Amino acid sequence: MLAYIVRRLLLAVLTVWAISVLSFIIIHLPPGDYVTSYIASMSASGSAVSEGEAKALREQLGLDKPITIQYMKWMGLMLQGNFGMAMEWGRPVTDVIGDRLTLTVVISLAAIVFTWALALPIGIYSAVYRYSFLDYLFTFVGFVGLAIPGFLLALIVMYVGFAWFGANVGGLFSPEFAEAPWSFAKAWDLTKHLPIPAIVLGVAGTAQLIRIMRSNLLDELRKPYVVTARARGLPEYRVIMKYPVRVALNPFISTIGYLLPYVVSGSIIVSLVLSLPTVGPLLLKALIAQDMFLAGTIVLLLGVLTVVGTFLSDLLLMWVDPRIRLGRE
Amino acid sequence: MAELAAPPEAGIQAEQRIAVATQWQLMWWRFRKHKLALAGTLVLIGFYLVAVFAEFLAYVDPQESDAQRSLIAPQSIHWSDDGRFAPYVYGLKGTRDPVTFKRVYVPDTSKKVPITFFGRGEHYQFLGLIPMDRHLFAVEDAKVAESLFLMGTDTQGRDLWSRLMYATRTSMTIGLVSVALSLVLGVVLGGISGYFGGVIDTIIQRIIEILRSIPTIPLWMGLAAALPGDWSVVQVYFAITIIISLIGWTELARVVRGRFISLKEEDFVMAAELVGCSKARIIFRHMVPSFISHIIAATTLAIPAIIISETSLSFLGLGLRPPAISWGVLLQDAQNIQALVISPWLLIPSFAVIVAVLAFNFMGDGIRDAADPYL
Repeated sequence: MLAYIVRRLLLAVLTVWAISVLSFIIIHLPPGDYVTSYIASMSASGSAVSEGEAKALREQLGLDKPITIQYMKWMGLMLQGNFGMAMEWGRPVTDVIGDRLTLTVVISLAAIVFTWALALPIGIYSAVYRYSFLDYLFTFVGFVGLAIPGFLLALIVMYVGFAWFGANVGGLFSPEFAEAPWSFAKAWDLTKHLPIPAIVLGVAGTAQLIRIMRSNLLDELRKPYVVTARARGLPEYRVIMKYPVRVALNPFISTIGYLLPYVVSGSIIVSLVLSLPTVGPLLLKALIAQDMFLAGTIVLLLGVLTVVGTFLSDLLLMWVDPRIRLGRE
Repeated sequence: MAELAAPPEAGIQAEQRIAVATQWQLMWWRFRKHKLALAGTLVLIGFYLVAVFAEFLAYVDPQESDAQRSLIAPQSIHWSDDGRFAPYVYGLKGTRDPVTFKRVYVPDTSKKVPITFFGRGEHYQFLGLIPMDRHLFAVEDAKVAESLFLMGTDTQGRDLWSRLMYATRTSMTIGLVSVALSLVLGVVLGGISGYFGGVIDTIIQRIIEILRSIPTIPLWMGLAAALPGDWSVVQVYFAITIIISLIGWTELARVVRGRFISLKEEDFVMAAELVGCSKARIIFRHMVPSFISHIIAATTLAIPAIIISETSLSFLGLGLRPPAISWGVLLQDAQNIQALVISPWLLIPSFAVIVAVLAFNFMGDGIRDAADPYL
């Protein structure tokens, strides 16, 4: 059990490191740096930046050092919780990202809860009543759900909301709460706005999970112990829920590890379409403005959060599956 | 099973037929029974025909813009004239709404524009080689760019039907090119991982696990945003395919590795080893043929994800950029919800995306079922 935790933890640390390198590469990939694009935007608005000013700015931002040094420096700052300045905004990155990151987490979690709440009963139903009308219906809907990219679903939802109901279904807060400090009323307002983004984000994952749950449970239901249980006269509900579902649930939980990166990814694009105040729109803006520190930090933080989530799901798996808990895999 | 219901002689014949059938024949017979998979395959053939014949199917230059023709709604085609088959559309009169100053277009019922098939239109090079000027649709006695709008026009007055044809070419081929790259990476790395095992296997498996736990879209966005702005359409196209396949190979590698590991234990591989076959011969002559169908299935199932990725990236403005035309680029016009409510036809390309992805999924499922008799 301890070995399992240690292995998972090591892998998580390794993943975080890989993500940090990738984020740093992203920061440095574009030709030119922030100062180049700053100069370009300044000269576009009519004011020139002199050679000396540019040099001073680069020194101030540490952009003149070799790349490995810059990486070390960056990582060092990151580990201290100092994420640097979002240059375009002239404010610390934590200030700019803070709330948005929380909301990203909230939305992703809501999407996963939605996915689970829907996929579990439907998956069980589809397996138990295989080839029934509803099973076919769910399979079909699932296929369509998988085929629609998140942003498209978001667009369609926006369109339907706007054209048929005359309401803007985007956003996470009513206008009067958007800038308000956190309060109970604001949290309630958020809860009311959550379902639509959660559903839009969760649909594709739900479709996948239903298929996994269905095929896992089908495999289990074929096994002799189920026949034995039935032959012994166990009520049908217990025959299904007590053992096969529990066993089938196992891969279900381990897929969170894959579901989470997927949902976080999706939230970026869906947020852009539904104009949700998550890190998505911020990331796009930062990338376009080549505010690479901000962009890199967002990619890094998203990655780290995902890794933490995956690690937690590993622990959950351990709790559910005695084979892992007892050290036999 | 249809064979079982048949009379005994026919049953024996069918059995003999099965006994001598090749692996591919058996697969085809199983695949044939999967009606959805067959339908998906037909749809995909249609899509790729569009990709090949895009110039022929489009009737105007997809880049030709004209502010005088912006946001025209799709025209309704009148199929018969005086009871016989003679499709025509009405000419359009563009005016300004005196109140809103928006351009509005009203059909000019006094002016019938007959549509002809296989008529002459703009010149183009078919397959880049053969000069042609025939198009599927053409009109008589009028300029086609001014009179035919099967799917309406976008904000810049470009014809959506013609653009959709070219976009289909881009989006459908980007899936193929990208999956080919992923396939090479996946087969090589998955093969190495599965065949040799040990430390190499562990390392490759950890790399895959790491790659799979990274949220891909922010990563793609970062990489795509880093592409120099002055790159040509072709350069960006290949850069995007590489970016997408760099992360997309993991699933294929997993399938290949799994197959390698399970086949390594099979008796026929052991037999080949004992007879003294070389490693290369064992792999390519004995092992690969028995799991190539699985690879084909996994590949088919990987394409839709790639198409969705490209579409999403281009939609954000980080993938292919104009003047390239892909489904994602077309859907960029649909980003503005107000514009969408006024001109809902801008969403038409999304149907192409959904249908193509569905068709790939159905076909891939069919192949997978046909490839594996034990499932």
